[in-house]
Amino acid sequence: MHIPDGYLSPSTCATFYLVAASGWYAALKRIKQLLATRAIPLISVFAAFCFVVMMFNVPLPGGTTGHAVGVGVSAIVLGPWGSILAISIALAIQSLFFGDGGITTLGANCFNMAIVGSFTAYAMYRMVAANSDLKSRRRVLAAAVAGYVAINTSALVTAVELGIQPVLFHDASGTPLYAPYPLHVAIPAMMIGHLTFAGLAEAVIAAGMVSYLQRADVGLLRGVAGLAQSSTPIIARATPEPSPGRLWWMVACLMLFTPLGILAAGTAWGEWSSTAFMNPHTRDQIATASGNHAPPSSVPAGIQRLSSLWTAPFPGYAPRFIRNPMFGYLLSAIFGVGFLVLASLVARAVSRKWSAGNLRS
Amino acid sequence: MSRNSFLESTLQGCARALSKALQSEHAATRPGLLQQLDPRVRVLGILTLVVSVILCRRPEAIAAIFLIAVALAIASRVSLTALAKRVWLVVLGFSGVIAVPALFLTPGAPLFTAPALHLSISVQGVRTAVLLVLRVETAATLTTVLVLSTAWTHILKALRSLHLPAEIVTMLAMTHRYVFLLIETANQMFESRQSRTVGILSGAERRRMTTRTAGVLLSKSIELSQEVYLAMLSRGFRGDVRLLTDFRLQPRDYLGLSAFFLTACVVVWMGR
Repeated sequence: MHIPDGYLSPSTCATFYLVAASGWYAALKRIKQLLATRAIPLISVFAAFCFVVMMFNVPLPGGTTGHAVGVGVSAIVLGPWGSILAISIALAIQSLFFGDGGITTLGANCFNMAIVGSFTAYAMYRMVAANSDLKSRRRVLAAAVAGYVAINTSALVTAVELGIQPVLFHDASGTPLYAPYPLHVAIPAMMIGHLTFAGLAEAVIAAGMVSYLQRADVGLLRGVAGLAQSSTPIIARATPEPSPGRLWWMVACLMLFTPLGILAAGTAWGEWSSTAFMNPHTRDQIATASGNHAPPSSVPAGIQRLSSLWTAPFPGYAPRFIRNPMFGYLLSAIFGVGFLVLASLVARAVSRKWSAGNLRS
Repeated sequence: MSRNSFLESTLQGCARALSKALQSEHAATRPGLLQQLDPRVRVLGILTLVVSVILCRRPEAIAAIFLIAVALAIASRVSLTALAKRVWLVVLGFSGVIAVPALFLTPGAPLFTAPALHLSISVQGVRTAVLLVLRVETAATLTTVLVLSTAWTHILKALRSLHLPAEIVTMLAMTHRYVFLLIETANQMFESRQSRTVGILSGAERRRMTTRTAGVLLSKSIELSQEVYLAMLSRGFRGDVRLLTDFRLQPRDYLGLSAFFLTACVVVWMGR
């Protein structure tokens, strides 16, 4: 899963460096708040541990062996923010010192394994383990699920990054300039190995280590256990609740950025309406976005049949009464966010009423 | 191969990593062209060349950077045999296997057709396969030449002077230091277990053994981090990281940096 230099275009690398840098910045800030001066030695030694675990040959059912990344156990012991830093540092050492993974692709590799992997593992572990006892078998199962799902989600994201390269970056003759395989080849090729060997290796390591820690050092499992009685955690409550005020500001900023989509040239691949197949200009755009494969001469029957099933109130993020597309995007964002907020308020009110009814009974 | 070969494979992996690190540190002390330049110039120059490899769209231009990388390796007394074993053959094996199906799967003008096998190699397929393998080989060669000609501490100091946050640089340095200690610890644990193993372990026993070893290593790592933290506190650490950067640029460094940038610009222009 370590993408070497040369598989991703410069703009993809730059984008993922920016995304990963935001993750590193947020993680460093959060970890320093939680651990103060302890952060540096703890994350450093844990990164070294992840590096060494990546070298272990894990015996798998069927007589074969596989390598784990350690993202499952790292997210369970350190929490997602600490795990982002530890896995990123381990990946940086692998890339800079041992040539495993590229330098230009380090941002993408950290995004895939450290950021996506850590948050997926943490979410799955918390969801499956729920409020179970620290020494329960359910936590071992939760760790296995967390490791398996995290590594496969990371692999899927990696496959998508590789699979969009030939569509977005090719020369005039149609030669792919970077990773050569489109999504329908990249995704199965990447996922077969991860759904079987790599996923199993991660699940075995995560479950086996949680089982070991339950017997030998249960304190290490308290950090992200989500239990009220947790004490002396390695990282106390790794994810403090964000303040609602800051969240609203972030949502407002994101809404302001929604018109950025107008700047993008070409067409969004696969998001074509039935009329797009008949318009010569959009047909050219579809062909360009599809690696110079000409679209079918008539509208595909399935698209034709289903296109009239639902008519959106704001088609193309531009209500009919709005002339300015930028304002249309902003209005769509306000409408969408407003609708989601309303839906969540209704859901919260219903759930509170339901819990109050349960308590009375 | 015995059923316990996962132990040998892990032990071999540990030994390989230690030997690679030793080889790098040894090579970095040899007198050579890159070694005479300021580490910041080396890091910035090589990174510029790696980026130019990614920016080039013509195989000829990337091949030119590959030749420059080989020339740099020779001038810096980096062993070509080491480069071949560590980079060229490994990359050819990995990226070559990935590139071969692209010859057949990439749509385009047919270059060669085998009607009996219903296979056709396209011009675009050959071009994309060559581009991929050349890019990966060249970028990996450049990175390895940098690692084999520069001590890790100097790379870190150079990264700090290029404004990487001090906390990140410190973590990279500490991780690098403790990686070898933990590899050695894991190695000893596996060796001692191997010396006590008689007969063939079942699959479940082997899995339990590996995860227990990893678990013990985790407990040891956490204890180690606490010891390191106490040692840092005893030396007056209050959370602020300060690193010494005692490099001074000489006229030859400016010349080297200009040469790197000029080469990168020319090659990117040629390969646009």
